[in-house]
Amino acid sequence: MELVRIATTGSVDDGKSTLIGRLLHDTKQIFQDQMQAIEEASRRRGTDYVDLALLTDGLRAEREQGITIDVAYRYFATPKRKFILADTPGHIQYTRNMVTGSSTANVALILVDARNGIMEQTRRHSFLASALGVPHLVLCINKMDLVGWSQDRYTELVDEFRVFARRLDIHDLRFVPVSALRGDNVVARSEEMDWYHGPTVLEMLEEIHIGSDENLIDVRFPVQYVIRPHRHEYRDFRGYAGKVAGGLMRPGDEVTVLPSGFSSRIETISTHDGELEEAAPPSSVIITLEDDIDLSRGDMICRPHNQPHSSQDIDAMICWMSEGPPLRTGSKYSIKHTTRWGRALVNDLQYRLDVNTLHRDSQATELHLNEIGRVRIRTTTPFFFDEYRRNRETGSFILVDETTNNTVGAGMITGDAA
Amino acid sequence: MLLFSGGKDSAVVLRLAVKAFWPARLPFPVMHVDTGHNFPEVIEFRDRTIDELEAQLIVASVQEAIDQGRVAEDTGPRASRNRLQTESLLNAIEKHRFDMVFGGARRDEEKARAKERIFSFRDEFGQWDPKNQRPEVWDLYNARIRVGEHIRAFPISNWTEMDVWQYVYQEQIEVPSVYFSHRRKVFERDGMLMAVSPYLRPMDSEVVLEASVRFRTVGDMTCTGAFESKAATVGEIIQEVAASRITERGASRADDRTAEAAMEDRKQEGYF
Repeated sequence: MELVRIATTGSVDDGKSTLIGRLLHDTKQIFQDQMQAIEEASRRRGTDYVDLALLTDGLRAEREQGITIDVAYRYFATPKRKFILADTPGHIQYTRNMVTGSSTANVALILVDARNGIMEQTRRHSFLASALGVPHLVLCINKMDLVGWSQDRYTELVDEFRVFARRLDIHDLRFVPVSALRGDNVVARSEEMDWYHGPTVLEMLEEIHIGSDENLIDVRFPVQYVIRPHRHEYRDFRGYAGKVAGGLMRPGDEVTVLPSGFSSRIETISTHDGELEEAAPPSSVIITLEDDIDLSRGDMICRPHNQPHSSQDIDAMICWMSEGPPLRTGSKYSIKHTTRWGRALVNDLQYRLDVNTLHRDSQATELHLNEIGRVRIRTTTPFFFDEYRRNRETGSFILVDETTNNTVGAGMITGDAA
Repeated sequence: MLLFSGGKDSAVVLRLAVKAFWPARLPFPVMHVDTGHNFPEVIEFRDRTIDELEAQLIVASVQEAIDQGRVAEDTGPRASRNRLQTESLLNAIEKHRFDMVFGGARRDEEKARAKERIFSFRDEFGQWDPKNQRPEVWDLYNARIRVGEHIRAFPISNWTEMDVWQYVYQEQIEVPSVYFSHRRKVFERDGMLMAVSPYLRPMDSEVVLEASVRFRTVGDMTCTGAFESKAATVGEIIQEVAASRITERGASRADDRTAEAAMEDRKQEGYF
């Protein structure tokens, strides 16, 4: 069954918890003991409604303070698909969490309160979803019951958002009018809004075509591990294990390996279950080559006439995720890109981006926690990469603090700076 | 090292590891933290599975830790060795200098686990700090550590109980017989049916009866509850899970009922 990853952002006020609660409840994913536990907890706290956020606010600090600190994952399934929903708090100080939740998402669900319209927060969430390359964005115009189920209000907000969205890179933008509280157009169709003929939120999630979200054109296979069995029946076996990051790979295909530049042909593609005639992302497979060439972890298999950038100079947008020292020009970090590690020097912080106004501040000299900026870095060895908008796997990297070993930055490659 | 309790989740993680390194053998050992209070069926399953794979098994024994005086055992009818496992686990990690430990924990099991990273950093005391976790973006996992620290990796973090059973079905993975309906002497305690065993005796007021039961999770005999079920095959279990209105831990684990943050507290100390 197909698996769809969803990222939701927003504050309690938008009705996000209510919408998620409704999705889980109406698809029968909330269990009796969970429901009893959160009913009791809600009563103890003196709230007069059942707070569905308590379902996943698992840490004591979160329950005590009544806030979501971290990304919460919820799981539900329908007969058609399985869903993993990454629920992130929407305030500006949680940009880091939004980046985390969106980095692997197929769909971003963004809520708008129909009374308040498109807010600064809506724009911020939409920008982040587009920057993180989430292929499908669904804008749920919520609380339609509080604007008299007005089609005019809905159309007005859709038009306003479309104008804003032109500045963003969104492949597939959809709208749906809902009342999460009453359940209209979440799972069941609304009887109040007969003017809306589109799908409900759940129908959209079940039907959005995610098969083409992967890059099926550019063959990219970062080697994760070299398999040498040292067993009699596989004496000369030398296989390269990894996850296909792009393109379709078939036995017989001519390939080039980086950084050596040697060429060979794919001999076999196999898994524990047998040989395959074709491998596509995101499959994990073992590849053997016809020629005995030297390949190790961090190397890349591609096609001779379709190679990634191979460079030590990288332009990227970086989201800073550390509460510790800020990113500065001249700072050095460890960098991990696909399966390859190296060291990176920040050559130039070109600008810091205001995620609310999209204004570029070229006077900025530092990136602090939750800030995003455009950076040029130089690495100790060449990396083999694509633009992030072309391939999320080969276009992303993390920066790691060399003293604490903490992950401090998330990078999206915009191009080869050489 | 890969943690193997003999339960369905660790059986799935073991299968994933075998598939990942095939045709080579597992490049790391498998470890069982043995409380000495396990179901005999599970120990038999453990030994047979590891033998078939020609893998290396390490047993970290809680009994040994008690005998050596490293930990003190609770007494009384509700005593459990569940929490004592942490010491044996951390002791073995230190002794063998393991820097990476695979486990079968899932986020949908329990609310503290729901917040844990797939690559979960543990300091030199084995502690988990929920407020200071490494951000985890894309599939770019950061396993960098200093000497004495380690990473707990949870490959099936995002699987649900249903996903596990469907994979068991699809891959025809063997699981211990206690998961399937069988006749057993049980008594009711805290709304769960507990198995009568040398490690857990009913109190005077508790009535022993024989019933057709199965276990939904497999832990220590003193803290794992059974429930009445006729499900005798994986297919029937899948149907039962689909219809269930209670979570697996709510149905079967006494260790999570102690307090709202019971699991968070144990994890901070270094528990699984």
